[in-house]
Amino acid sequence: MSDLIKLSLADIQKGLKAKKFSASEVTSAYLNEIDAANPKLNAYVSIENEQALSMAKASDEKLAKGEGGALEGVPLGIKDLFATKGAHTQAGSHILDGFKPEYESFITNNLWQDGAVMLGKLNMDEFAMGSSNETSYYGAVINPHRASGSNKDLVPGGSSGGSAAAVSAFLCAGATATDTGGSIRQPAAFTGTVGIKPTYGRCSRWGVVAFASSLDQAGPITRTVEDSALMLASMAGFDRLDSTSVDLAVPDFAAAIERGVKGLRIGVPKEYRMDGMPDEIEKLWQQGLAWLKDEGAIIKDISLPHTKYALPAYYIVAPAEASSNLARYDGVKYGLRVNGDSIDEMYENTRAAGFGAEVQRRVLIGTYVLSAGYYDAYYVKAQKVRTLIKRDFETVFNDGIDAILTPATPSAAFGVNDQEMKADPVKMYLNDIFTVTVNMAGLPAIAVPAGKDNAGLPLGLQLIGKPFDEETLFAAGRVIERSAGLDFTPKKWW
Amino acid sequence: MSVNADIVRKIGHLARIKLKEENLAGLADELNVILGFVEQLDEVDVSDVEPMTSVIPATLRTRKDEVTSGGYADKITSNAPLSEDNFFMVPKVVE
Repeated sequence: MSDLIKLSLADIQKGLKAKKFSASEVTSAYLNEIDAANPKLNAYVSIENEQALSMAKASDEKLAKGEGGALEGVPLGIKDLFATKGAHTQAGSHILDGFKPEYESFITNNLWQDGAVMLGKLNMDEFAMGSSNETSYYGAVINPHRASGSNKDLVPGGSSGGSAAAVSAFLCAGATATDTGGSIRQPAAFTGTVGIKPTYGRCSRWGVVAFASSLDQAGPITRTVEDSALMLASMAGFDRLDSTSVDLAVPDFAAAIERGVKGLRIGVPKEYRMDGMPDEIEKLWQQGLAWLKDEGAIIKDISLPHTKYALPAYYIVAPAEASSNLARYDGVKYGLRVNGDSIDEMYENTRAAGFGAEVQRRVLIGTYVLSAGYYDAYYVKAQKVRTLIKRDFETVFNDGIDAILTPATPSAAFGVNDQEMKADPVKMYLNDIFTVTVNMAGLPAIAVPAGKDNAGLPLGLQLIGKPFDEETLFAAGRVIERSAGLDFTPKKWW
Repeated sequence: MSVNADIVRKIGHLARIKLKEENLAGLADELNVILGFVEQLDEVDVSDVEPMTSVIPATLRTRKDEVTSGGYADKITSNAPLSEDNFFMVPKVVE
């Protein structure tokens, strides 16, 4: 394995500027590693060799002249949910068969403007619906981490499972991802990587295939907190083409990472202490609080009384919005078409063949809760509960809390093809129990690898921040990363 | 509230997804598990609560009513499974 691929994004950036190696060299190193690893890990659904090498060459020309953007020559993986002009964009679904957009998403355009190189498109749960990356039309992604002494395949989490696995296994310097209920933070926690879901409105949704528009938000998955700050700075920004994009200057996130936590008030919500939560998670949580306290943070017990209702409300709001967003896949405009005797039959055949089981289930639930006679009882009620969830957070922030520390997930990574989760969809949904409240309230949150369980599998902690205060999350996340001081490099078995 | 095979068939039609007869009962069971899970919300008193319309305090921006893009029907139809002269082609809808 080339040492270049093991560098952090920040060190690649520095090495390129100092001409220690070229963008073509680091890009080739990643492409070689992808070729070797992807048959086992299945992290990429499309590898863009030619485009990557030509982007790297262009970067080298700029770097030679001492020019280039903030991410000049840095090779990235892009979740299959982002529209990339002329390249595979299928949201992990069969229904977008062969779709190659004529346009570029706002976020990827920002990355290319800053000089980044696209290695390829990353596997994901179909339409970002899943917590294990097993609903992808392209098959499951395998977690680079395995329990010590075991050769059992584990899931990387989802829906950004390809992004998390690729970053963890050194198949890119960083990856784009998206988070509707935990889809950045849960896979980051399962793979020992850093994932931030910024405040709703920080990153434009334009050109990101829609799942649940009031919850969807993009962010990066990286190997370090510093890399996360660097990558988010490039992805974020105001976009006229997204009506919910917020017209706010993007702070210098990287400048905040060594700011420390002295004097910060960190809230500990009692409602996140779940029945049956493994001792290891509780221990990790206490450890995280101790680290923050040691560096001068003030720890406060807080209450977010509506926490338990976030997940049930989410399973009304998200499927409702999904059923509406996914109405566009009808066999007419793009992707798959399965013919029928009438246009209605063509629609029905196309959508039956093109959507996988989980997507169909969610579209059906969404259609049901929005249908005549049920709208008030389900959708309006869920949106009212959402107001209460947001109010819980506003209350604690108004009382002086700067950030909230919680576990990122209720367990470490579980096995591929877990029979219990297969039999009960709600069991799978419970993976998002600690992350989904944040989407419901539109807040920023970061998952940082903080420890390992008895089997050596990564565990993450989550920090939740005030709206548009990602900087505090980077500062506190860095303290956890530094205090943990662990190496989350997976033991190579592939 | 719970669903049965008949209701699932009807929802499938509303969602324009052809469901196999033999799958309806199983799907009804799955949907009932999810609907049972979301029923917890009945415990919450929402009588004086406004439903959320936006997670961030923002009003939609306005702009001048002018054409800002367009004129590329070829690009719009380029990914269509079936198109002709920049039109989408579908099965006959009018007899």
